[in-house]
Amino acid sequence: MKRYSAFAVAREALRYHTGWERAWRNPAPKRQYDVIIVGAGGHGLATAYYLGKNFGITNVAVLEKGWLGGGNTGRNTTIIRSNYLQDPSAAIYEKARSLYEDMSQDLNYNVMFSPRGVIMLAQTEHEVRGYKRTAHANALQGVSTEWIEPARVKELVPIINLAGPRYPVLGGLWQERGGTARHDAVAWGYARACSAMGMDIIQQCEVTGVRSEGGRVIGVDTTKGAIDCDKLGMVVAGNCSHLSQMAGFRLPVESVALQALVSEPIKPCMDVVVMANTVHGYMSQSDKGEMVIGGGTDGFNNYTQRGSFHHIEETVRALIETFPMVSRLKMLRQWGGIVDVTGDRSPIISKTPVQNCFVNAGWGTGGFKAIPGSGWAMAELMATGHSPLAEEFSMMRFKEGKFIDESVAAGVAH
Amino acid sequence: MLILECPYCGVKAEETELHAGGEAHLKRFGPGSSDDEFHDYLFMRENPKGVHFERWRHVTGCGKWFHAARCTMTLEVFGTYTAQTSAPPQEIRDAITAKRPGWSWREFE
Repeated sequence: MKRYSAFAVAREALRYHTGWERAWRNPAPKRQYDVIIVGAGGHGLATAYYLGKNFGITNVAVLEKGWLGGGNTGRNTTIIRSNYLQDPSAAIYEKARSLYEDMSQDLNYNVMFSPRGVIMLAQTEHEVRGYKRTAHANALQGVSTEWIEPARVKELVPIINLAGPRYPVLGGLWQERGGTARHDAVAWGYARACSAMGMDIIQQCEVTGVRSEGGRVIGVDTTKGAIDCDKLGMVVAGNCSHLSQMAGFRLPVESVALQALVSEPIKPCMDVVVMANTVHGYMSQSDKGEMVIGGGTDGFNNYTQRGSFHHIEETVRALIETFPMVSRLKMLRQWGGIVDVTGDRSPIISKTPVQNCFVNAGWGTGGFKAIPGSGWAMAELMATGHSPLAEEFSMMRFKEGKFIDESVAAGVAH
Repeated sequence: MLILECPYCGVKAEETELHAGGEAHLKRFGPGSSDDEFHDYLFMRENPKGVHFERWRHVTGCGKWFHAARCTMTLEVFGTYTAQTSAPPQEIRDAITAKRPGWSWREFE
């Protein structure tokens, strides 16, 4: 792999950009791998990357039924934050956020991480108390957040209307080191680094069956033939129930559609990320100038990767009160992704009833921010059988009653 | 937009008039059941790619709960039926079989 650098840009400029190589190889599957990861989204590729980087396991295949990063990795609103209430959540999301900080250097791929700061607006008395509590919890967890008053919110977000009639802004939870990153670049960067370590990323290769023998996984059937493996990692978000069924166990997950939309590009007007959880809306401005807007999920089981217009209406209606200028914007695009939601709104990184088969799922509406931390923990779990970061996220926690309840703090909007 | 016909008042209601209530025909487990049964009842759901039986409430209409059979891959609605049953009626099953031969669901109780 040729490294990207300022020198490389200059060199290629002198020879009409004929020297760039493919970012990752496009191999045919081998008969056997040490590890197969199903799902070449951010979480799957990060898992493969840290298996190689931290544990030296490079005989790895990452299988993808569609195209790389074409699922929720390419459909989210790119927000990165770690201001969670519960300790296990704060630990893994903060790990992820800290890995984002030097990801571009680590991967030699510009993921455009922009720690511009994230505000979660408090618009009811209940939220004021909730976010003050979260700020205190974050102080104990070593996550840097603070409670800020309305005047400071206005200073950070000049376009905001503090005195909305229904939902006045009463303050906010401010995480200065939160922000955004280029979502596609995260997947592409990991893919390029994995490929450089000799891993095979096999696209348009759908898993059609999971083979096991004596309660132990031995391989998968795919549209490109059967492939053997010692260990299997399922990292397929909205399709995890479907895949786990092939392996013969069930997951406490339901799949629903979450959608987002972007406006036409406008001049810079907001240089932080603002989330308004009471009204189910969040917004940031991309480097292209588009206002990136996310809303709530549909209430029913859905695999269609489409949104619904009445949810757009609800989201935009809510945002217009808080950001009056939104009413003059034209919206360009709208899309949906299928998110896998668990009972306590926390993810599952876990061993399964099938030996050597591991699952990473249930990130629901907030998976993008967790990609590096999730991959780090999943790789550790798969390589060593134990990961301190993933310990609390076992799928057994539902039976044991050890929930990581983020549904109140984060269940609506990530 | 999803349109379901309320089996009680006969209104063809749009999604905004309704509230989704999750998977239908769950068998309830309470005191005296095993940990596994209680766990499955509380948290495990079918979450199929395809035929799904679910509960809906006609929340801004007659206010009543009812059942619907729907495809989660296409959003096609196979039919709606009363809530006073623990399994879908035969005509709903036939309607599904006509469009999705070989469909499956866990045991109805």
